[in-house]
Amino acid sequence: MVDVVVGIDKCGEQRLTSLPLSRIRVIMKSSPKVSSFNQEALVLTAKATEVFVQYLATYSYRYGSGKEKKALTYNDLSNTAEESGTFQFLADILLKKILASKYLKMIKEKREDEEEENDDSDESDDNNAES
Amino acid sequence: MAERPEDLNLPNAVITRIIKEALPDGVNISKEARSAISRAASVFVLYATSCANNFAMKGKRKTLNASDVLSAMEEMEFQRFITPLKEALEAYRREQKGKKEASEQKKKDKDKKTDSEEPDKSRDEDNDEDEERLEEEEQNEEEEVDN
Repeated sequence: MVDVVVGIDKCGEQRLTSLPLSRIRVIMKSSPKVSSFNQEALVLTAKATEVFVQYLATYSYRYGSGKEKKALTYNDLSNTAEESGTFQFLADILLKKILASKYLKMIKEKREDEEEENDDSDESDDNNAES
Repeated sequence: MAERPEDLNLPNAVITRIIKEALPDGVNISKEARSAISRAASVFVLYATSCANNFAMKGKRKTLNASDVLSAMEEMEFQRFITPLKEALEAYRREQKGKKEASEQKKKDKDKKTDSEEPDKSRDEDNDEDEERLEEEEQNEEEEVDN
């Protein structure tokens, strides 16, 4: 697993993570029901996020498409979100992509199905229950 | 507090660097992939914070602390994160301790100086600035971030 990332910033202080604490703080504060958190919680969350990014990237690269390759693609990530239990919480934001032509075809077929249903109910008498 | 949408995103350059350092040399990352990982990271923060908050509430506390975050990782099935996080926490605590001792030492030195000779005016200004910065840092340590 990755070592603690320690760098030296402009003030000569050690940096435990490269993600800006101010931004992490904003996101944490936007979480509903959270009233407050201390500095240690902030620092750990920032560090955890950095480790998470590393993990998501390497996992998706390795298992995303099943082949050796030279690039990490969006599909690798959405496959991971769909197939891995650990990353399931990302399934809604890393949706699988579909070709526009396929999608339009799907819509068209759905519309045709609905039209058929409507035609059927028009033909029957008024004593039909409303759907 | 109104947040613009971009405030909930993490800086692209930093995210890209973290990814590049994690992957083998020569592997490209598509723009879409990078953007997706960035969004995933923001969602991760929200999920982790919400989860940590549950632990704080269980402990009847209103302020999230380090152990809540660690418990959240366990709960989210990211046990593999716990070791590096504990190391980071220890390093952070050592750093804070060092800063505190340094500021206390500076105060002692300053007191010694004012007791003895007449202080140099310009030297005083520098000391004041340092003290301000150190005071801010001490405040940050104890600061509870309220919503």
